[in-house]
Amino acid sequence: MFPLELSQLVGSWGESLLYVVTGIAFGFSLERAGFGNANNLAAQFYFRDMRVLKVMFTAIVTAMLLILWFSALGGLDARALFINPTHLWPGIVGGLIFGVGFVIGGYCPGTALVSMATFKMDGLFFVLGLGLGMFIFGETIHSFQNFWDNSGNLGEVTLMDWLGIGSGLTALLVVLMALFMFWGAEKIERSLDPDRGETKCRPK
Amino acid sequence: MKTSKKQQYMNPYLAGVLLGFVLFVSFLVFGHGLGASGGVAVVIGKATELVSPEHINNNGYLVNLIKASPNPLRSWLVLEIVGVVLGGFISGLLAGRVKIETYRGPAVSIRFRWSMAMLGGAIAGFGVRMSRGCTSSQALSGGAILSAGSWVFMFSVFAGAYLAAYFVRKLWN
Repeated sequence: MFPLELSQLVGSWGESLLYVVTGIAFGFSLERAGFGNANNLAAQFYFRDMRVLKVMFTAIVTAMLLILWFSALGGLDARALFINPTHLWPGIVGGLIFGVGFVIGGYCPGTALVSMATFKMDGLFFVLGLGLGMFIFGETIHSFQNFWDNSGNLGEVTLMDWLGIGSGLTALLVVLMALFMFWGAEKIERSLDPDRGETKCRPK
Repeated sequence: MKTSKKQQYMNPYLAGVLLGFVLFVSFLVFGHGLGASGGVAVVIGKATELVSPEHINNNGYLVNLIKASPNPLRSWLVLEIVGVVLGGFISGLLAGRVKIETYRGPAVSIRFRWSMAMLGGAIAGFGVRMSRGCTSSQALSGGAILSAGSWVFMFSVFAGAYLAAYFVRKLWN
């Protein structure tokens, strides 16, 4: 029955090793997806290449369906899985700020690490900036501690709770939304850049 | 032309399935999803403590951050980003993409791009702590487990980025 009691199964060093291995698979996937390159990521926000949206939503749908199937078949105890607690307003404010940093810097944290790992200097500077921004957050949080702790603090609330429907129906809606966005993404890419094969291999 | 540079990268839907499978295995084995920003936050918190231990004690946020990972070298958040760097390097090496260079828009100088990367990183770093997680831990992991707050976060990120994109279009076009 999953999730596993890892420390009993493989010991604490084994558990540590598994985290490194998982990280390797994660970093490998991000680099393969083209996310070590800020131009690929920024292109999303100018509708040139909708790779970010396609990869993200395919990954979410894939993991979501596998989790649902495995728990429906009894192989996975869904109640034991971590659900990110909802802090509504800090999430919205933080997300907006994060989005601005994303388009100015060209990366998000995971993709910047991968970019740095392949010796891209812009990735390295983004990671340094990340550390700086996190330090500033730690130094200034006292001025908005109450907002951060309490504003829209709803606990472990899911989309099923909000919509008042079951997880199967929620998953179906997510899949339909993803398919609709993929269809839109393909349409936008074609309409804005009909000869993109030609332009992309233009010599510098 | 079939040999455009972009096609060296994996088909995005295929890459999404790969990433989603890794995410699923993480839930299966550990009971939680993936993370990237958390590891950086632990390193920064620990570094602050090393420089000035008494400074930490006046700051509940930093106390909690460090208490959650007393030994950063054994914290799963840190171990995972060590792996991310290794995995990115391996993939880049196999694809011939490990090379000292700077990705930037056609209209900006290398030095300007570096300062913008650092500025953007700092803004993102602040935002990511505010929202308690990044594209990995909130959008991907929280999205797959259908956390309401994670979905709100995800759309906020896209909203913030699309709103700002117009003002910084010279960076990328």
